[in-house]
Amino acid sequence: MPAVSKGDGMRGLAVFISDIRNCKSKEAEIKRINKELANIRSKFKGDKALDGYSKKKYVCKLLFIFLLGHDIDFGHMEAVNLLSSNRYTEKQIGYLFISVLVNSNSELIRLINNAIKNDLASRNPTFMGLALHCIANVGSREMAEAFAGEIPKILVAGDTMDSVKQSAALCLLRLYRASPDLVPMGDWTSRVVHLLNDQHLGVVTAATSLITTLAQKNPEEFKTSVSLAVSRLSRIVTSASTDLQDYTYYFVPAPWLSVKLLRLLQCYPPPEDPAVRGRLTECLETILNKAQEPPKSKKVQHSNAKNAVLFEAISLIIHHDSEPNLLVRACNQLGQFLQHRETNLRYLALESMCTLASSEFSHEAVKTHIDTVINALKTERDVSVRQRAVDLLYAMCDRSNAQQIVAEMLSYLETADYSIREEIVLKVAILAEKYAVDYTWYVDTILNLIRIAGDYVSEEVWYRVIQIVINRDDVQGYAAKTVFEALQAPACHENLVKVGGYILGEFGNLIAGDPRSSPLIQFDLLHSKFHLCSVPTRALLLSTYIKFVNLFPEVKTTIQDVLRSDSQLKNADVELQQRAVEYLRLSSVASTDILATVLEEMPPFPERESSILAKLKKKKGPSTVTDLEEAKRERSVDVNGAPEPAPASASAASTPSPSADLLGLGAAPPAPTGPPPSAGGLLVDVFSDSASAVAPLAPGSEDNFARFVCKNNGVLFENQLLQIGLKSEFRQNLGRMFIFYGNKTSTQFLNFTPTLICADDLQANLNLQTKPVDPTVDGGAQVQQVVNIECVSDFTEAPVLNIQFRYGGTFQNVSVKLPITLNKFFQPTEMASQDFFQRWKQLSNPQQEVQSIFKAKHPMDTEITKAKLLLGRSSDLGQHSLKKLILTLQTLWALASSTPKPPRLDACCVWSRICKLRCTGSRCAQARTLFPRGYVTYCRSSFNPMQAVGLCVLFPCVSATLGDHTAHSTMEHLSTCTSSLGPGRGWDTKGLLTGTTAGLPVQGGPGSMKSRQPVVQSTN
Amino acid sequence: MIQAILVFNNHGKPRLVRFYQRFPEEIQQQIVRETFHLVLKRDDNICNFLEGGSLIGGSDYKLIYRHYATLYFVFCVDSSESELGILDLIQVFVETLDKCFENVCELDLIFHMDKVHYILQEVVMGGMVLETNMNEIVAQMEAQNRLEKSEGGLSAAPARAVSAVKNMNLPEIPRNINIGDLNIKVPNLSQFV
Repeated sequence: MPAVSKGDGMRGLAVFISDIRNCKSKEAEIKRINKELANIRSKFKGDKALDGYSKKKYVCKLLFIFLLGHDIDFGHMEAVNLLSSNRYTEKQIGYLFISVLVNSNSELIRLINNAIKNDLASRNPTFMGLALHCIANVGSREMAEAFAGEIPKILVAGDTMDSVKQSAALCLLRLYRASPDLVPMGDWTSRVVHLLNDQHLGVVTAATSLITTLAQKNPEEFKTSVSLAVSRLSRIVTSASTDLQDYTYYFVPAPWLSVKLLRLLQCYPPPEDPAVRGRLTECLETILNKAQEPPKSKKVQHSNAKNAVLFEAISLIIHHDSEPNLLVRACNQLGQFLQHRETNLRYLALESMCTLASSEFSHEAVKTHIDTVINALKTERDVSVRQRAVDLLYAMCDRSNAQQIVAEMLSYLETADYSIREEIVLKVAILAEKYAVDYTWYVDTILNLIRIAGDYVSEEVWYRVIQIVINRDDVQGYAAKTVFEALQAPACHENLVKVGGYILGEFGNLIAGDPRSSPLIQFDLLHSKFHLCSVPTRALLLSTYIKFVNLFPEVKTTIQDVLRSDSQLKNADVELQQRAVEYLRLSSVASTDILATVLEEMPPFPERESSILAKLKKKKGPSTVTDLEEAKRERSVDVNGAPEPAPASASAASTPSPSADLLGLGAAPPAPTGPPPSAGGLLVDVFSDSASAVAPLAPGSEDNFARFVCKNNGVLFENQLLQIGLKSEFRQNLGRMFIFYGNKTSTQFLNFTPTLICADDLQANLNLQTKPVDPTVDGGAQVQQVVNIECVSDFTEAPVLNIQFRYGGTFQNVSVKLPITLNKFFQPTEMASQDFFQRWKQLSNPQQEVQSIFKAKHPMDTEITKAKLLLGRSSDLGQHSLKKLILTLQTLWALASSTPKPPRLDACCVWSRICKLRCTGSRCAQARTLFPRGYVTYCRSSFNPMQAVGLCVLFPCVSATLGDHTAHSTMEHLSTCTSSLGPGRGWDTKGLLTGTTAGLPVQGGPGSMKSRQPVVQSTN
Repeated sequence: MIQAILVFNNHGKPRLVRFYQRFPEEIQQQIVRETFHLVLKRDDNICNFLEGGSLIGGSDYKLIYRHYATLYFVFCVDSSESELGILDLIQVFVETLDKCFENVCELDLIFHMDKVHYILQEVVMGGMVLETNMNEIVAQMEAQNRLEKSEGGLSAAPARAVSAVKNMNLPEIPRNINIGDLNIKVPNLSQFV
């Protein structure tokens, strides 16, 4: 007998549905529906009270109309009336209507809640079931407010029927998810845990779902569920397939419950009680064993159910990440699935492997499947599966296979589905950067990327290439050559033109020696693309041209001609026009020195988190990922955050000390402010010596290291997790160092292993002895380690302290240089003067004396020295606070005005500083990548008082040092700039500038200082 | 958690739409359409999982579907559900429908929409799996059926009779019987002699 009586439904409904089905056109259908709606409306509004049956019929019709995609804005009231009917069928349809067409009318909600309250109190299990369903389906806050207190009572009451318990558990779960704050924890929680022992497997399933969600937020309160869940699981797993009768699904005992229990266990770390743990391991092994048994049925449902349990078991194994044996078995099992003929299994295997790849124990095992995965990428017919393959390749990538993986991804990109191209581009860009050993490979990869999928290469990607090329001088020549070659293709993507324009503008000189890429050829090549490009690219190219004027004086006239052409000077786009005007002026009025300073090479970029990675994260969407994924992400961030060798040296280079900066500025024509080569070399050495397992030096540790040269105690390293303190004493050739590791978090560090690494040649010279420390560091605790040091002979390098530990599932790796330097072993000696000279004179061998004579770069002029010292303050121009800036500018101004002969270069310095500030300022990160440093943009639209002050400061210097002529032409230029400002915005600054130019002193003197003082103050 | 359960036919006509997360009506319609297009372009024997469309939350949600003859059954779930488990659940749902309707077909879903909803309610409640035991679900449905029968039988009979009479569509009874010109000619009877 069919469980649904087909015969005696509602005849009117059936007729209506048939009518709709017989409609020949959409219009006819709409007409019929409108007619019906009008009919129902009039019936509802009519004076005659409708009986339950007709109400039910009409409500049902409304539901059908709603399903067809029409808005239903009435009928709620009738549905609510049905709720209070005594008839089950009427009540049922009423509840259905309400939960499908939820309405937020508060009056209605009050009525609904009333009806639900009555039904809950009715003690009629069928009615209670309906009411609970309704609460769960609507799940609104109002409902939570009304019933969150009531439902736990129903759930744990002894006399509640099983089916009601089931509904109550899920209902509570729904309310907790929607409004956790409204569900009070209480006595009921412990009784809920015991539902795991219930006779009825349906109740157990529902309770497991509920406990899983509750335990995620309140792990302590539900801790006891672990052992219960394990024993329940083991009973299911070991039962014969017929034991559980109804809950056996295609010969698999209670697959749903097993999956839920395994999910619940994933909320907790591996059980501590060895008995429970053993039992769980046994269960997991049994599940893995069953996968190898021949299937009990050929049906796909059988294998589905079996594998659902298996995959969940594997997730649990990965989550626990503690039993290497199980992990390897899990990995092998997934490996088998990778080649399974069932597409679903291949998909899930790829997905699970992704998480497995982040476990230390199994990363290597995952890597062995690389060929299968690459094959999947090439041959899978299904885009979802290919997408997983891409994800897995990304997760399993490391230094050893990066080249292969990146190459495969690139070749896949040519045929990839449009929907996932952008993501692949980002992934390739990140991998290429992260694992680049050879930066020429990196440049090639990215250029290929632009060639293959230019449209999908976002700004971040090409910004990043430029940042890396600028920060690494060993790759600049190669990059220039490669982009030059790439640009020769008849059709190249605009992004390539951008990269090409930028790189040639900076480093075109490196390849200009080759007659095939002479300056003029470079320029012509770029200019041939100019007209095909969008405005931002053209703007960038104009900047390239002005940089060419500086790099190659021989093409100056050609470029000036281009800039002077009407299509530039009178361009409709104001940005292009302005650039053309400014650049043209600049190229004609400025002397080569000024040009050189203003258009100097870009300084290295400060190292921060890769913007590409940030983009990928954003694309992947925020939160709502499982913990595992979160952990994986953290891990990848971690790897990137602790930079690989190259970025590390770049970061050292990008934060030059103020003194180095001053020297760089003081030096005549642009001395590239590159890294001191030794520093980079040193770091690279450290890496080549130690295996790849050792993290690169933590950023900032270099600074700390320097502090310890003359200091024995203090904090060596600190980040959010860990603090390392030192206390050391040295006597003669011996020393003892106490290292204190402080856990700053509230979570345990596991597998905490600090190791001391000495480079090969250092090992012979320095003897270090230490004992291993306890592998767990409790939250907030401090661990101490003693290192005994013996200096055997002189040494230069310092040993490296590498610390590895696990924090909340993620692996952490920190390296710092340990401040053991030769001077620690120096001994003062008292000596009479004659003894000293006697010794001194003994040093007569030729090797014992070194003398070198060098020429001073600048005359020793006290005034200039003083000026330079003061100019050191110009480094403060990098400050972001406006107040500080103005203060600095005031000082500079005072300096410039009071020095009778302000050194000319200083003027350039200040100028360049101010302009740099404009370019590198935090306000506009883009400006930095789009504009060449220097002159450029001080007069652009966001002209602000600060820069105006900067210009005022400049004037005394400029006029005093460059002579009237230059001063006037600069002034003329300034007024052009002023006039190009919009009327409203320009007024203040215009006045200011006019004031400046009017009071322009031919010789900067104290008199003029007074006249401009108020200006400075008024902007403060 | 299950966000939505969508059943539509090969032409994209929705046959059962159930959302467990609140979406405005027009968005619900758009989601059905978007999902249909996502699922339609996929071959039959490739994998049953794909990332959710942009409307329902993108890659954080998965669409898990099965295609039976003329109908697509699509479950949209978040990461807390087991993919294969949901696939089994769809099977359970369909097998239950089959048992309840005896060889279920698309027409059953159309004409007994309310019943399909009730069966679904026994399987999934508020986006969470309530019962996976087919026999239990069928038993519940039979119990409901009995209730309905008892209500529809004796107790409902009078009410039904009343409404049947009220709604009776009798052919219009002419108020005035217009017979027209009665021109019945009385035949001349032969006179009595």
